[in-house]
Amino acid sequence: MAYETLKVVGTRPIRPDGVDKVTGRAQFGADMTMPGQLVGKMKRSPHAHARIVRIDASKALALPGVKAVVTAADFPDIPDEMAFVGEGPMNFRDLSCNCMARDKALYEGHAVAAVAATTSAIADDALALIDVVYEVLPHVIDVEAAMAEDAPLLHPRMLTQGVQPAPTKPSNIAKKMVFSLGDVAQGFKEAEAIVQRKYTTKPVHQAYIEPHACIAAASSDGQAQIFSSSQGQFMIRAYVAKLLSIDISNIRVTPAEIGGGFGGKTLVYLEPVALALSKKCGRPVKMVMSREEVFKASGPTSGGAVEVKIGAKKDGTITAAEATLKYQAGAFAGSPVGPGCMAAFAMYDLKNVTITGYDVVSNRPKVAAYRAPGAPISTFGVESCIDELARKIGMDPVAFRAKNAAKNGTKAAYGPTFKDIGYVETLEAARKHPHYQQPLGKNQGRGVASGFWFNIGGESSAAVNINEDGSAVVVEGNPDIGGSRAAMAMMAAEVLGLPIERVRPIVADTSSVGYSFLTGGSRVTFATGMAVTQAAEQAVVELRKRAAVTWDIPVDDIAWVDGKAQPVGASAGKFPPLSLAEIALKSARTGGPIGGKAQINAQGAAPGYGTHICDVEVDQETGHVTILRYTAVQDVGRAIHPSYVEGQIQGGVAQGIGWALNEEYIYDKDGRLENPGFLDYRVPVCSDLPMIEAVVVEVPNPRHPFGVKGVGEVPIVPPMAAVANAIYDAIGVRMPDLPISPPRLRAAIDRRAEAAE
Amino acid sequence: MPHLAYSAPATVEDAVRALAGAAGVAKPLSGGTDLLVQLRTGRAKPDLIVDTKRIPGMMGVREENGAFVIGAATPSAELGEHPGLKRAWPGLVEAAKLIGSTQIQARATLAGNLCNASPAADSVPAMIVARVTCVIAGPGGRREAPVETICTGPGRTSLARGEMIIAFKLPPRPPRSGDAYLRFIPRTEMDIAVVGCGVNVTLDAGGVCRDARVALGAVAPTAVLVPEAAKALIGRKLDDAALQALDAAARQACKPIDDKRGTVDYRIKVAGVLARRAATIAFARAEAAR
Amino acid sequence: MSKHHVSATVNGEPVEFLCEPQETLLDVLRDHLNLTGSKEGCGSGDCGACSVIVDGRLMCSCLMLGAEAEGRAIDTIESLAQGETLHPLQQRFLEHAALQCGFCTPGFLVAAKALLDRNPNPTESEARYWLAGNLCRCTGYDKIIRAVMDAAADLRK
Repeated sequence: MAYETLKVVGTRPIRPDGVDKVTGRAQFGADMTMPGQLVGKMKRSPHAHARIVRIDASKALALPGVKAVVTAADFPDIPDEMAFVGEGPMNFRDLSCNCMARDKALYEGHAVAAVAATTSAIADDALALIDVVYEVLPHVIDVEAAMAEDAPLLHPRMLTQGVQPAPTKPSNIAKKMVFSLGDVAQGFKEAEAIVQRKYTTKPVHQAYIEPHACIAAASSDGQAQIFSSSQGQFMIRAYVAKLLSIDISNIRVTPAEIGGGFGGKTLVYLEPVALALSKKCGRPVKMVMSREEVFKASGPTSGGAVEVKIGAKKDGTITAAEATLKYQAGAFAGSPVGPGCMAAFAMYDLKNVTITGYDVVSNRPKVAAYRAPGAPISTFGVESCIDELARKIGMDPVAFRAKNAAKNGTKAAYGPTFKDIGYVETLEAARKHPHYQQPLGKNQGRGVASGFWFNIGGESSAAVNINEDGSAVVVEGNPDIGGSRAAMAMMAAEVLGLPIERVRPIVADTSSVGYSFLTGGSRVTFATGMAVTQAAEQAVVELRKRAAVTWDIPVDDIAWVDGKAQPVGASAGKFPPLSLAEIALKSARTGGPIGGKAQINAQGAAPGYGTHICDVEVDQETGHVTILRYTAVQDVGRAIHPSYVEGQIQGGVAQGIGWALNEEYIYDKDGRLENPGFLDYRVPVCSDLPMIEAVVVEVPNPRHPFGVKGVGEVPIVPPMAAVANAIYDAIGVRMPDLPISPPRLRAAIDRRAEAAE
Repeated sequence: MPHLAYSAPATVEDAVRALAGAAGVAKPLSGGTDLLVQLRTGRAKPDLIVDTKRIPGMMGVREENGAFVIGAATPSAELGEHPGLKRAWPGLVEAAKLIGSTQIQARATLAGNLCNASPAADSVPAMIVARVTCVIAGPGGRREAPVETICTGPGRTSLARGEMIIAFKLPPRPPRSGDAYLRFIPRTEMDIAVVGCGVNVTLDAGGVCRDARVALGAVAPTAVLVPEAAKALIGRKLDDAALQALDAAARQACKPIDDKRGTVDYRIKVAGVLARRAATIAFARAEAAR
Repeated sequence: MSKHHVSATVNGEPVEFLCEPQETLLDVLRDHLNLTGSKEGCGSGDCGACSVIVDGRLMCSCLMLGAEAEGRAIDTIESLAQGETLHPLQQRFLEHAALQCGFCTPGFLVAAKALLDRNPNPTESEARYWLAGNLCRCTGYDKIIRAVMDAAADLRK
């Protein structure tokens, strides 16, 4: 079914959960209470690397009001097992050890024990009474330091995968990978200009405003209820089942509203521990992270070192490109270096390209996904290098990108051949935008950068149920982080021919809807939207069948138009149309309740591209950078609800600007985090940013009924290079190391002045 | 975090008695924007909190004989709403108004900002150059002390056990006087000052500086009054040579550290930059004030 | 440890509650008065998600002790709408899609109301600086500011 004339899709209705959110009624993870609930809190390692010699919880258990204590001894000792999760593969033993340290604490803040008590104050007292004896070990944080020969080893049996011959000496390098096309050595020989540089980024956090929170309640028949703020209730169910050796069928996870995730809530931290505590004492246990715990013990992303070399002819043709990426994985293997490698050059049609990636562990929290995981880091290097190379050959930066742009038919370094992509369209829209022509003043500059993200499909289930009054309920299983449930209702309304106010979407728990992969990978509007559309289409087939019964004509003689069954073909004109409400009212007499259901593994997700223009002003005396103007162009396939599509773009840009200018994890010499709070972990505030213009380009994806491409992740990929390129344009100083905080920029300005003397 | 008691006395004498006589550690609470954060992190572990806000006279701005008296528990937001204070001491008011967000402004006080004794406290350089005097109540009665004698090191003050500041006195303002406070922060709001600079000048009819005070924050264990910087201004107009001399004197006075907010080198350079910029504003305000 | 008995006015209604000395006003609102609209994002006054209005002034409820509420008038997000009628700020936030996850939204609405109570005609810059104590990680603030400016125009009519 092709949807050409759209009545609902593309409009901007008020989101169905909106009133709850603006009145404070919506229930987020920490807003729920259960009768008899206890307060759960974690005891965390103060050391970046230490052997856990002994844990003695006897004094804590003796404290009145303390009902349970757990350590790793209370968790099954599960074997190594790999599975695909979120944006990358997962080892369940690692996940278990991350939730509760076994034998070793691998980062400051690593959980080593947990208590459940009747009040918060008693829980705090109990934590202080748990006696942990540590043997402090040398630690390592920085990725290149962790790769060094003599670096302290986190995992004594870690042998680098992907190296031939296989190494026998353990190291902190979990994996090496290479993606290659053509012959880069030959390509560089043909180049008439080459730029080669090393870029570095510091680790950053997703910094969602809502800390992790859950309540877990075990009952004596082995059933468990979990209420949790996460990006995937089915993920929570599966992981908790795995980590505690419980049957999935015995766990019911209800998704709370979620206060931001950006990938950081695609795995478990609190839920297995809360449930383990609850099982021990038979009462619900509520656990909520403090902001300090979020920074220290959830899943910030990697810091990285990125070496890039690109060569081109004077006419602008890129002849060869090479990159080496080294990413921190944190305490356990699994940095996003793979996607970082694959996305790095995906904007360009290259015959000769080699990308090498290293996944390296170090004594900081296990990294979790952060919005287009891996791509912002590698793209920062690539797009900065592209800018420098364009200037070297004297070509406009947009024109240089357009000359080498990936198009339909381009083969990517990581394998697939692109089709139905819209990168060139974003370059064209950027070039034509009035922003690109706006004059600039002294100390002001303009930077351009592009970005790519794969976007995924995956498993989604949905049901569309028609109510007796002719309204509809859409049942889906994806937590709504950015307004997705509105888009689900809109697609169903479009198919059913109902006004949007007559379609209520709900995000259901694990017992009330079929399996759905988590909210992430920019997949929900694509994959869950596809499932919702198919479910609504099934409902329409059923509605037509009921009209057929009512009119006693063949169902093929019935079309569904504007929410009504209409006789067509041989039966045209024989009956006045029957509305959905009229059919619904008689459903018992025509066969029973009416609805549709779809459970799919959505295929055909299409990648997204963005091109950003950033204007800055630099105060050369202080190194302060002001963002003057920002335009973000992005191909979204089709914007179901344009306001929320724009919102995704604007939010990603803001995070990228923060990553570029002021956000970073600052460690002291003992590997402890010096800035685990919003005072010194500096995300952009309202007065730091101008309006952010989101320009939506639509090159539809033919494999989705409405042409949708994923939107949420692309916008965070270009900003870091856009900002750095703008600074170069303003004052002629290249900044290859992030963040470009004022002290660093001032120091670079001074070095340039000294070099000139 | 147990064993904490809270009281809200109705008089200065009751408050002093509570602070002096507490069995353990007692702390005054005005705005609580530092104390409550420290309670939560465990950095402060008082046994008794004495809320000062119910004591008459602790809040509000009064004019007495052409000089201002500011109740110690007056929130910064109120300082910004007092037209007379803003007119006479725009630099002091803007320093107090830079402390934190709008929400923090409703609570943060000069007393708290001073007695928390962070080297980077925004109000302190501005109070020093304004020649603020603190009115202190304690077990021994009342006394007054110049504001620059209060902070003795990071987190430490010269107040004795049982003492608390109850008011800040500003001297009368000569004509053609102006003050300014600038700070450098990496974002546009919400940061602790990497460097802060307060400048207070009085000019004569010809625009020549007759009196000057310059103080720097966040570049030493406490805010520092910089007499050499004042000397660079006194007896001159604010020309390029004066600015250069001021810049150099400010940089010379710095004894900063490397920390998560800035490096030694950066703080020194920016101290000079802010001194020039704050002096420029202070001179312009003095010219405009008759 | 003895609890404090506190009498205050919350959202226009007289309330009484017991609280421990170290409990913040935010703890009291959420845990004792079932007003979970105000959120804890950081506990240190840096994010504004707990914003409330106390005696007419915008504050972070995480930086005030419950005991300090004695005799004071406190207004939370729960009193912004009048029954079923949304405040223009709430209406404009919805129309402009000025929320994505919605967690920071109560804090922003309370802070924006405090702004417009004092300054009915703010410039974009004044609005941005007033709201700098409210963090949003989802929206980049663009649509929030547009909603506030439009609501200001609504209220001026």
